[in-house]
Amino acid sequence: MTDLSTGQTTTRPAGRIPALLRRSGADWRQYVIYIGFVAIFAIFALTLNDKGFLQSNNLLNIPRQASVVAVAAVAMTFVIACAEIDLSVGSLAGLAGIAAAFGSHHGGLVMAILAALGVGLLIGTINGLLVTIVEIPSFLVTLSMLWMIRGFGQWRTSAKGQPIAAAAFKTIFGSNSMRIVWLVVFAVIGTIVLNKTRAGRFVLATGGNRTAAEFSGISTKRVKFWIFVASSVCASFAGMILAANLNNTGKYEYGNGLELSVIAAVILGGTSLFGGKGSVPGTIFGALFVQLIGNGLLLTGLESSQLDIIKGGIIVVAVALRRDRKGVR
Amino acid sequence: MADHRDDGTNSLGPVIAMANICKSFNNNVVLDNVDFELLRGEVHVLAGGNGAGKSTLMKILQGVYSMDSGSIEINGQPVNIGSIHGARAAGIGMVFQEFSLVPTLSVARNVFLGNERRSSLGFLDDTDSVERTRAVFADMGVEIDPTITMGNLGTAYWQLTEIAKAIAQDAKVLILDEPTASLAKHEVDALFALVDRLTDNGISVIYISHRMDEIFRIGDRITVLRDGQRVLTSPLVDLTAGDVVHAIVGRKVEGAFEWKPRSVDRSGAPLLDVRHLNVGTRVRDVSFTAHRGEIIGLAGLMGAGRTELARALFGIDHIDSGEVLIRGQRVHLTNSGNAIAAGVALIPEDRREQGLVLEHSVRDNILLTLLGRFRRGPLLNDRKGSAIAAELINELSVKTASPKLTVGRLSGGNQQKVVIGKWLGTDPDILIMDEPTAGVDIGTKTEIVERIRALADLGKVVIVISSELPELLAVADRVLVLRAGAIDRTIERVDIADEHALQLAIQGVAA
Repeated sequence: MTDLSTGQTTTRPAGRIPALLRRSGADWRQYVIYIGFVAIFAIFALTLNDKGFLQSNNLLNIPRQASVVAVAAVAMTFVIACAEIDLSVGSLAGLAGIAAAFGSHHGGLVMAILAALGVGLLIGTINGLLVTIVEIPSFLVTLSMLWMIRGFGQWRTSAKGQPIAAAAFKTIFGSNSMRIVWLVVFAVIGTIVLNKTRAGRFVLATGGNRTAAEFSGISTKRVKFWIFVASSVCASFAGMILAANLNNTGKYEYGNGLELSVIAAVILGGTSLFGGKGSVPGTIFGALFVQLIGNGLLLTGLESSQLDIIKGGIIVVAVALRRDRKGVR
Repeated sequence: MADHRDDGTNSLGPVIAMANICKSFNNNVVLDNVDFELLRGEVHVLAGGNGAGKSTLMKILQGVYSMDSGSIEINGQPVNIGSIHGARAAGIGMVFQEFSLVPTLSVARNVFLGNERRSSLGFLDDTDSVERTRAVFADMGVEIDPTITMGNLGTAYWQLTEIAKAIAQDAKVLILDEPTASLAKHEVDALFALVDRLTDNGISVIYISHRMDEIFRIGDRITVLRDGQRVLTSPLVDLTAGDVVHAIVGRKVEGAFEWKPRSVDRSGAPLLDVRHLNVGTRVRDVSFTAHRGEIIGLAGLMGAGRTELARALFGIDHIDSGEVLIRGQRVHLTNSGNAIAAGVALIPEDRREQGLVLEHSVRDNILLTLLGRFRRGPLLNDRKGSAIAAELINELSVKTASPKLTVGRLSGGNQQKVVIGKWLGTDPDILIMDEPTAGVDIGTKTEIVERIRALADLGKVVIVISSELPELLAVADRVLVLRAGAIDRTIERVDIADEHALQLAIQGVAA
């Protein structure tokens, strides 16, 4: 019990602006990702102008390249806000590309899309049932699923790339403009669902305190089940963008490590790893932020290995700045 | 216990002297020039409503919070308590309301947690810690096997182990925060005997409690805080219970706990009809009815099945057999959603665990059960939601700086009001309240008692579970006494003479 509830408002003349911020419920730590994005962007704009950083094509490359991570990360925001985790999204993105290739041979574009999303629906259902009915922690369920999906994809394709026999597939998912469109579409839908619908509140309440949510009439098992279905379907969608973009070819290993970038984007964006809090715009900026750093540093002529080191370091700093204050619940 | 110990100890000066302590959170002044003195070997009661500043004052003493201004002296020496370790080093031990013990470790390992005994080679010396723990328990006059795993012991033993832990760390000052909240009567007696023993050995106790009988039974002196200021410090022998309540509340409590007979029309069909309900072994063949406007009290000892009955009626616990009719219709209470749809609401026993999402705002917590009420198509209408929340906050006079404030930052009484608001908003026909006033200050208790009556007057059925008999007697029209899961007796309120009579019925002694 802290005693902040006295409801008295005494005005201190000094520090009016922080007080105003506080009254509006704002805390600058929530906005670290946006502040960081703007700051890094400004630094690159000033120092890398002669290298072409500000050219429109280069700038547009940032959301284009971030789109795969962003699409999967929108759904991961819900998973993490619900105090769960989904490690299978990377492998699944790879398998979705393969499924699209198989589908395209049996029914062109439409079957390609249906096959990819169908695989997502199937895996999501399995994950969801294992977590809610068998009650295995999601970390273990999706970790196992990561290996099984990857092994299955490698086995069925003999580790070869599978061309998608539908040229339109590449246009719809892989073209420069459509990649940005998909990022915006998922960002908008995700934001609305999390903030403006009952489903979003159910997710946050379940992640914040599952027992209290259950006592409030929410079927938390149902909430968790659908979260995993949504995560897998979005991961499959991300896999279609990925495959379209890599020569319109699906391959089991294309999504390797994607899950880590996705989780990093979500955490950078201010979603609590313990559940109960989440921000879809934050996640989108988290994905863009990682891409921005990569883009800028690449222009300086660093190697991708060096780039990874710096990327990792910046993520630690950003998360450290954002951490919740201690001592005050 | 009188203040006989004060003689001769005053000359040594106080163990703790806190002077002019000020503390604000954001713009809320929580402590305003508070003085607090603790003498050697005394039991000093610290009382006050929720939000009065007790917890904050104690957290400053323990080094959890830093004060804005003021001074602390321990044994006459000014100290700067910067951290919990600093407080421990200064001999201040806390017995936490929420326990700080690890269930998977042995009692002895818990007692020496963070303070482990080592052998000469630098390895942990379990034998030594077991011996020392045994010695501490012997001093306390308590029989607990130090080698047993913590998780196998009951709540009362956890409390005692917490105290042993503080003593093993050589604490000269113990802070007991609502220590009897989860204890049975004989365990309370044992605890009080222990406190006597400790104070005889020169240990001082700061005792935080809302329970008036305990305050007078165990306290030597009392300090009352109200709205962040000290309003009273006095030896308890000079005070009456009325004086203390007056100091805490700041206004006269006008007969809120006095029972007034209400007329309930039981001629028509009952609103709630429970028939032969069985829930595992905890609820056995329970049948009762309740009519509109009726307040039913559920009495019984811990484990008598009161909470389990409530949970079953709210669809949380699985009903094995029997049926529940609401408005004459049979309802299937297979989950809480069904129960809510049937017009049932439950204000659960543990508001922090079951009632609230502590990290979410007051507004979002209140609206969690009401999300269907402010929709615009598939989307939520935030403006309407805020209006609904503001109305409930206002109606229940929840003291919060803003509806957006994190609910975990409110005092216990205000948190409880948020839980009540969350369920009042659903406009239930049947409202079940499980220990609605636990850990709530006396002012809020009065408000809750009045609220229960007002709800019944609106034609609702209210089922109240409470271990505080005066409260149960103040509201109930009829009391069901549960024993080992079954209804032992059903007594009309008019047939209950007083608290004593009800206590006898609960204990199973024929009146």
